[in-house]
This record gives sequence, C-alpha cells and structure tokens, in this order.
Amino acid sequence: MMKTDFRREPLHIAILAGLLILGFFLPDWMRFLLQTALAGGLVALGVALQMRAGLVNFGQGLYYVLGGYAVGMLAAKAGITDVFLLLIAAIAIATVAGVVLGLLLSRYREIFYAMLSLAVSMILYGLLVKAAWLGSTDGFNIPAVTYLGWTPDRTVRPDVYYITTAVLTVLACLATARYLTSGAGMLCEAVAENEIRLEYLGASSRKVAFIAIVVAAALSGLGGGLFAMSTGHVDPLMTNWTTSGGFVFVALLAGRGSTIAPVIGFFLLELVRTYALDFAPNAWQMILGSVMLAVILLLPNGLWSLTEWRRKA
Amino acid sequence: MHKTIIPLCLAGTLTATGAWAQDDTIQIGVPVFLSGPAAGAFGQPERNAAELLFDSINEGSVPAPYDSEGVNGRTIEATFSDEASDAVVEYRNLVDRNGAEVVIGYTSSANCKSVAPLAEELQTLTVFVDCGTPQIFEEVVTDPTYVFRTGLTATTDAVGAARYLVDTGVDLSRVAGINQNYAWGQDNWRDFTGSLEALETGSEIVSEQFPQVYVGQYGAEASALLTSSPTLIFSSFWGGDLEAFVLQAAPRGLFARSQVILTTGEALFPTIPDELPEGTIISARGPFSVFAPENELAEWFRTAYAERFGQEPTYPAWKMAQAVLGVKAAYEKAGEGADSTAAAEAMENLEFEAPSGTVRMSLGNGHQAAQSISYGTYVLEDGEPGVENVITYSAECINPPADQTAAEWIAAGFPGAECD
Amino acid sequence: MQKFTAIMLDGMSYAAWLFLVAVGLTLIYGVMRILNIAHGAFYAIGAYVCASALGVYYSLGLPGVFAFALMGVVALVAGLIVGLIVERGVLRNLYGRDEVLMVLVTYALFLILEDAVKLIWGVKSYFVYQPYAHFGFIEIGGLPYQVYDLLIVALAVVMGIALWFWLERSRMGRMTTAVVADREISAAMGINVKRVFATTFAIGTIFAVVGGVVTAPKIAVTPGIGVEVIILAFAVVVIGGLGSIPGAAIGAVFAGYARALSVHLAPEFELFAIYAVMAVVLAIRPHGLFARASGRKI
Repeated sequence: MMKTDFRREPLHIAILAGLLILGFFLPDWMRFLLQTALAGGLVALGVALQMRAGLVNFGQGLYYVLGGYAVGMLAAKAGITDVFLLLIAAIAIATVAGVVLGLLLSRYREIFYAMLSLAVSMILYGLLVKAAWLGSTDGFNIPAVTYLGWTPDRTVRPDVYYITTAVLTVLACLATARYLTSGAGMLCEAVAENEIRLEYLGASSRKVAFIAIVVAAALSGLGGGLFAMSTGHVDPLMTNWTTSGGFVFVALLAGRGSTIAPVIGFFLLELVRTYALDFAPNAWQMILGSVMLAVILLLPNGLWSLTEWRRKA
Repeated sequence: MHKTIIPLCLAGTLTATGAWAQDDTIQIGVPVFLSGPAAGAFGQPERNAAELLFDSINEGSVPAPYDSEGVNGRTIEATFSDEASDAVVEYRNLVDRNGAEVVIGYTSSANCKSVAPLAEELQTLTVFVDCGTPQIFEEVVTDPTYVFRTGLTATTDAVGAARYLVDTGVDLSRVAGINQNYAWGQDNWRDFTGSLEALETGSEIVSEQFPQVYVGQYGAEASALLTSSPTLIFSSFWGGDLEAFVLQAAPRGLFARSQVILTTGEALFPTIPDELPEGTIISARGPFSVFAPENELAEWFRTAYAERFGQEPTYPAWKMAQAVLGVKAAYEKAGEGADSTAAAEAMENLEFEAPSGTVRMSLGNGHQAAQSISYGTYVLEDGEPGVENVITYSAECINPPADQTAAEWIAAGFPGAECD
Repeated sequence: MQKFTAIMLDGMSYAAWLFLVAVGLTLIYGVMRILNIAHGAFYAIGAYVCASALGVYYSLGLPGVFAFALMGVVALVAGLIVGLIVERGVLRNLYGRDEVLMVLVTYALFLILEDAVKLIWGVKSYFVYQPYAHFGFIEIGGLPYQVYDLLIVALAVVMGIALWFWLERSRMGRMTTAVVADREISAAMGINVKRVFATTFAIGTIFAVVGGVVTAPKIAVTPGIGVEVIILAFAVVVIGGLGSIPGAAIGAVFAGYARALSVHLAPEFELFAIYAVMAVVLAIRPHGLFARASGRKI
C-alpha cells in the first residue's frame, strides 16, 4: 500500500493553480477540453477518495448526473440562472443523495460495493431515459448562466466559465485536502487495510466509509454542475456505467498520492482520447486501450509514482 | 481511399486556431458514427456518400447545376470525426483545432441538441444531416443563423405513416407498437399514436413495447405482440435492432398475422431483402432511394455510389448527399469569396436541387428543410427489392406550419395541412 | 393462459441465453478473481466468426445440417485461440495484482478488441439467419415458437452440466476447485496454478464465444453488440453470487423471468427489470444468492 502524506498537499494545489493560470492561454479548443476535464476530474477525485477506504464506486456517474441535472433543471425549467445558486444546488442534491445512498451502501465492500453502486446508477439511468419531459436520451439544453445578475456576453463567456471552473476546482482540492488531513480522512486507509483492527481501536469503519461516500458525492455533484454549465447540455449518458468506468480508471491510474493527481489525470486521458480520435478516427478506442494497458504495465503505482521516483532519486 | 480526401492528422498541435485555411481549399468537418451500433446503419453510408460527393465536386463530375469544380472553385478537404465521442468537445476541436469552416453531419438527436447552440456561438455553418427530434428549431435555437437541417424530422415519418394507413384502408382497430426505449423510439410512438387520434381512427392500443436499445433479443417482445393479436404493428426500429427484430419475428408469423409498418424499412434493402416479408409497409424517411424522383442527379448518385461501394445507397447516404449539395448551393449563391457567415445567410430559405428533388429550406425560420414523404408496400420483383402502392404526401401535408410546434400541431388535429 | 405460456417460454429462453453468456464470466472470476469486461468482446468475436464461417459454408451450397457442427467447431477453435492469446499475451504478466486493476486491464482489452473486430470485419452488418430458420417453429398453446430458441435452452442445460461434471469429476477440474479454495496451498501441493489459470480462462472464453456463435443467427452482427452483453452478464453473476456456477444458473433464471414478466405485464419497466432484481438481491443478500462465506482477516 502506498503511504500517503498529505502535508505537502498545499504545495501540490499551488502547482495546480499555477498550471490552471497557464491553461488560460491555451488555444480555445484545448482550454475547453481542460475545462470539461476539470469537471470530470473532480468526480475522479471523488472516486479516488472512496478508493482510499477500499470502496470502488462503479456508479459515481450517479452524483455527476444529479449535479448536472440539478443545474439544468433549475436553469432551463425553473429559470434560475445564477451560477452560485445553481452550483450550490448541484452540490446540495448530490450530497443528499450521497447521505441516503451512503446509509445504504456503507456496509458493502469490494466488488459488491462496486456492483451495487453500479446497479443504483443504472436504475437512475433507466429513469432518466424514461423521462420524456427531460428529453429522454437526448437530454436537454441549458441557457447561459449569470453572475449575481450579470450575464457575460458571448465574447467573454468562455473566459468567465473557465475562470469559474478553475477557481472552484482549486477550492475543491483544498477542501478535499483539508478533509484528508482530518481524523475521518486519515482513517480511510485503515478501513481499506483492516476494518476489524480499526473497530477494536474504537473507531467505526462504517462511519468513516459513510463520510468518504458523502464527500465524494459532493465533489461529483460540483463536477456535474460545472460540466453542465460548460457544455450547456446534459443527458443521461452522464450516469451510464461507461462514464463511471472512466472515472474509476483515472482514479486508479492517476494514483492516490495527491488530490490533484485525478484532476490532472483526467485531463491527460481526455487529451489522449481526442488526439487518438483525430489521428485515427476508426481506431481511436484501440489507441486509448493500448495507452491504458501501457500505463498499467509500466507504472504499477499510477502516474503519480513518477513524482515519488524523482524524489527518491 | 481516394487521395483527394486528406485527413488532417495531428495537423496543428498547440498552434492551431483555425486560421490557416487557405483560400483555395475549404475545410469541412464531418462528424458521423464511426464506431458503435450506429456505425453500420448510419455512419458507413453517410461517410461513403460524403466521400463520393467531395471527390466528385472537386473533380467537377456531379451533373448540373453542380458541375463546377469545387465550392466556388475551392477544393474540399474533409476531416471525419467519430460522433460516438463527446459531441461538444469534438465539435470545438473540429472548428478551433482543425479549422473546419463548415460542419456537415450528426445523426444522433442528442448530439444535434448539444451542438446547435455551440454552432451559433462559434459562428460556423453547421448542417445537420439527420437527427429526428423536432426540438432543434422549436426549442433549442429558435432564432438560428448558422444551424440548418436538410433532413426531415421524425414527426414527418409518424404523421405520414398514420395518413398512409388510413388512406390505404388498413385495419386499425387494434394497434401495437415496438420502439426502442430512447428518445427516438418514444417520440415516434407518441407522434404516431397522436396522429391516429387526430385522424380519428378509434384505434385501441393493445401493446406498447419499449425494449432497451441495442439488446438484439426480441423473443419476449415478439411473444407479447403475438398474444395481444394486433391488426397493425408500428415500429421505428433502425439498424441492427430492426434487422434482428425482422429475423426473429418474421419466422414466427408475426408479419403474416398482423400488418407491420417500418418507418426505416428501406434500409433493409441491401442487408436482408429476402427475409423482410412482402407486403410490409415501409418508408425511407423522405423522398430517397426507391421513393426518389427520376432526375439526372438521382440517377448519377445511385450509379456512382453503387459503382464505388458495391451496393445501392440507403436513405442515410441520400440525406448526406443532400446536405453536401445544399452547402455547395449556398456557397455558390453567396458568390465568389463567400465565407461561413455569407453562406449561412445564403442558405436561409434556399431552394436547391438534390437527388431527392427540389429541397426548400422553408421551415424553422428558413433553416429546416420541407420535403415530401412516401410510404409503400414492400415487394420483391425478380429478387430485387422494390415498393408498390406508393403514396407521396407533400411537405404541406405532413409538416406543421411555421408558427406551431410539431406536438401542438398533432394535438390540434393538423390545422392548415394541405393534402392532395 | 396464452400469456402465461408465453411468459414461461420467454423467461426460459432468455434465461438460457443469459446463462450461456454469463457462466464463463463467473467461472473466470471464481478461479482467477478477474472480473473480465473483455467477455463482451469475446462474445462479439464469436458472433463475427460464426457469421463469416457460415457465410462461406452456405455460399458453397453445402447441406444445412452440418452447419451446426461447424458452429461447434468454430466456437471451440475461436475461443481457444482468443482465450490463449489474451491469457498468454497480457494477463499472465499481471497475476496477483489488485482486483480492481484487473477490471481496468480487461476494460482496456475490451476497447482494443472492439476496434480490432471493426478493423477486421468493418462496420457493416453480417447475417447468417439460415440456422435460425432451419428447424422452423412449433405451436405451443397457440403460440408459434422457434425450435432454435428451444435448442438453445437444451444447449445451456447440457453445457452447464458438462461444466459442473468437469469441475467435480475430472482431474483438471478438481485441481481448479482446489485453486479456488486456496491458491497458495494448492501451489504448495504441486498444482501448476498458472496452467489451471490458462485452462480456466480458455474455457471461460469458449463459453463467451459459444454465446456469440449461437446468437449470431438471430441478430444482425454489428459493432457494439458486446457492450450490452457485459452489463447483463455482470448483473446475472452478481445476482447469483460471483464465482458460483449454480449461482449463474439461478441468476439467469431470475433475470430471465424478470424481463419476461415485465415485457408481458409492464413493458415500461423492461429497462430496469434486471437492475432492480440485482439491487433487491444485493440488499437482502449482500454477496449474492450463492456466495461462499469468506474468512475475516484479523
């Protein structure tokens, strides 16, 4: 098991912030890719958090879609377009769902947690596909958001959205780092290692798992909300198992060494995907799969292990 | 693979912002399904048709009025992209990174809905080839400038189907439906049953099957349809699901016991013509393929396509050809030196010739094509698939007037419909 | 009454199909602790190989009966080749790694195989409907039913029993059971665990390929047919208890009848039927219906 030390976390997050400032000057298409990847990266971070407690969530898309649909429904159906209200609602709804599901699921472990969370997320997928008033599989579009009454016009909107996403991602990473250095966060690895010993020591492994699930839900809700704001469109694919599988993949391969690892990892995955698609539109999945295999074979402890290695050397 | 189509592999990595398009070429992005279950039914014929049209336009070998070389003399360079990936991200990549001046493509309604506002934002002429949902110009972009759709909506199919059944005197006392459980199937069934009500057929709905899309196992659904003994079965299945349904239901006598109507039935011609029972009512979602009028363009398209790809084009190929020619017509109407914006302006309310006859962009504020739709019964003539008892419904008969949404129009009983 | 007959038949037929596509998955998991997402790709490969082989066969104008023998041969050969390539080429280097990591390895394999299939066969549909029509239909309680579908039920029963017999009675099968019980002790007792793994993986792959081969005559063989299969097979084995073969059979029956019931009585719930069963079963018996008790580590 990888030993993780989160005292260096502020430094990592500062590096992320620096990178995101540089990201502002990327070409439009790549900055947009980065922006949506940050949203997805928050979900991957949520998956990684649960993984520290030995919980592999193959249905994290559930919270992602809830965040996205919360923003979408409030903005498109209820006419509330203030970005702060929308994102708070996204986090709130995902958190409530996390509490409810956390109560139900926190006693499951390993593959059973994975499968049950997958089943729940796919049931939600089925419900959304059935919901003709929400556009079924087509989903629906979301109007531009406002900032305390100010509607950024078309020319500055991409900049404003990017800044919003970047700032919130950094804040979310900081909050997560804070959680990881707290008692409940530190005990996560103990749950994964040996629950019975943890219980003997007087801590409740179920409670630790529960908190991890709820924190992950909140992060994913924010991610879903940011994604909805960025793309202006939500559809049920956000909670399909293939989407959730992508989050698990990033969480695992990015490594659990830092809160910024899944965020950056998700961007790298998206970058590989889009270049593979551009390079070989007929065989991009093969390239993506080969890259995944190569990473698994060559970097057994995830991409983050590259930084560890440098420190040792 | 023809040499004139140059894929823009890894063209610009970090520097590309779309400004390098030279005057003598025109970059066209073509997002179609290259992977997944829609690749065979839609992606392949659409891509084939696009390649054929681009090459022929570049050579100047398309019949009049498209016999000039290139688009305003500019050579077409195409970038194909896989619609099965994230549509919004890849649309931006096509336009910003690969410098596409025009985007022609999209089959999935979900993708059209998410891309439409983005096309307006990025101010790029974007022509949707298919996409069944009528919402594009009703809800998503109500005041379009850059977004066009040269294909018909799914509503047209459903309305045309209901009219054909009534006009040919099919027994509509007990109606059943089997449609895929996603937006396309749900919308089709809603519009079809709504149209039956509007036409006052007094039908009883005896079974409504909504199998999950792409499962391919329809034994239970076929049993359920058989036991509910319908007089008519309506299906908007397409692609592999349609083929599997026909293969599994026909041997069990479902087609013999009930009249079956398949809105995308024409697509079965190159795949399982011998398994589709004669007498099935089919359409090609517009005046395409066997329903196409006889004109020089249609003749050329059919022959050139069959020669190059070894089989007759199915309706998605016709729709792609139509979209490409629409773009050429718009650019040429806008004149020498026209850019994306000028072409979009010219395309509004445009009337242009296509293999399917004259296309009028008269709906959706001049951004949505109005065309006729035909239904007919399937027949094998000397082993060749064909249709008989064809009835064609004019655009004015099966499309809502400009100021009404499809749903309102059906619910109100087709006010203002002009049928012959 | 006819509806009742229909539900019984449809449930049985769907359950048999689910069992065929799921049992290989549960076998591989039980022995190797690999939740194999590439299973869906193996299924697709089976369907494509069957369609190609039979396409050639019929184009030669050979008698229809022997086509079924050819289907069997095709399934064995294709399963063996694909299974061994994947096991030798990739998985062998990764034994002993984290379970979740192995899921991702097989996911990557799935992506690669999906595109490999596309590059070999293209995206157009392939058809071999002759075997499906070969035996025609019989009427059961007034309901016409394809004989082919009933034969799949028989095949599922036979293959299930054969697998059980192999595990319980054959030398290799008993070694496999020993590896399931305790990998390290088995190795210490002289069992060649790697060989057991290779055999198991090949057999599991053959089952997936058989699933594809017998399904090919009923469907249009197109890209993407493997995707839905994975998730269905997962649901079935999770309901029954991962790694349990009787569990896969029971899981298939549960899921098969859940779908048949919903199609006939409440078609609008067809989409959730199988997940709902899975969620309910897991809520009541967290480790599935036939799960083994596992030791607690202290």
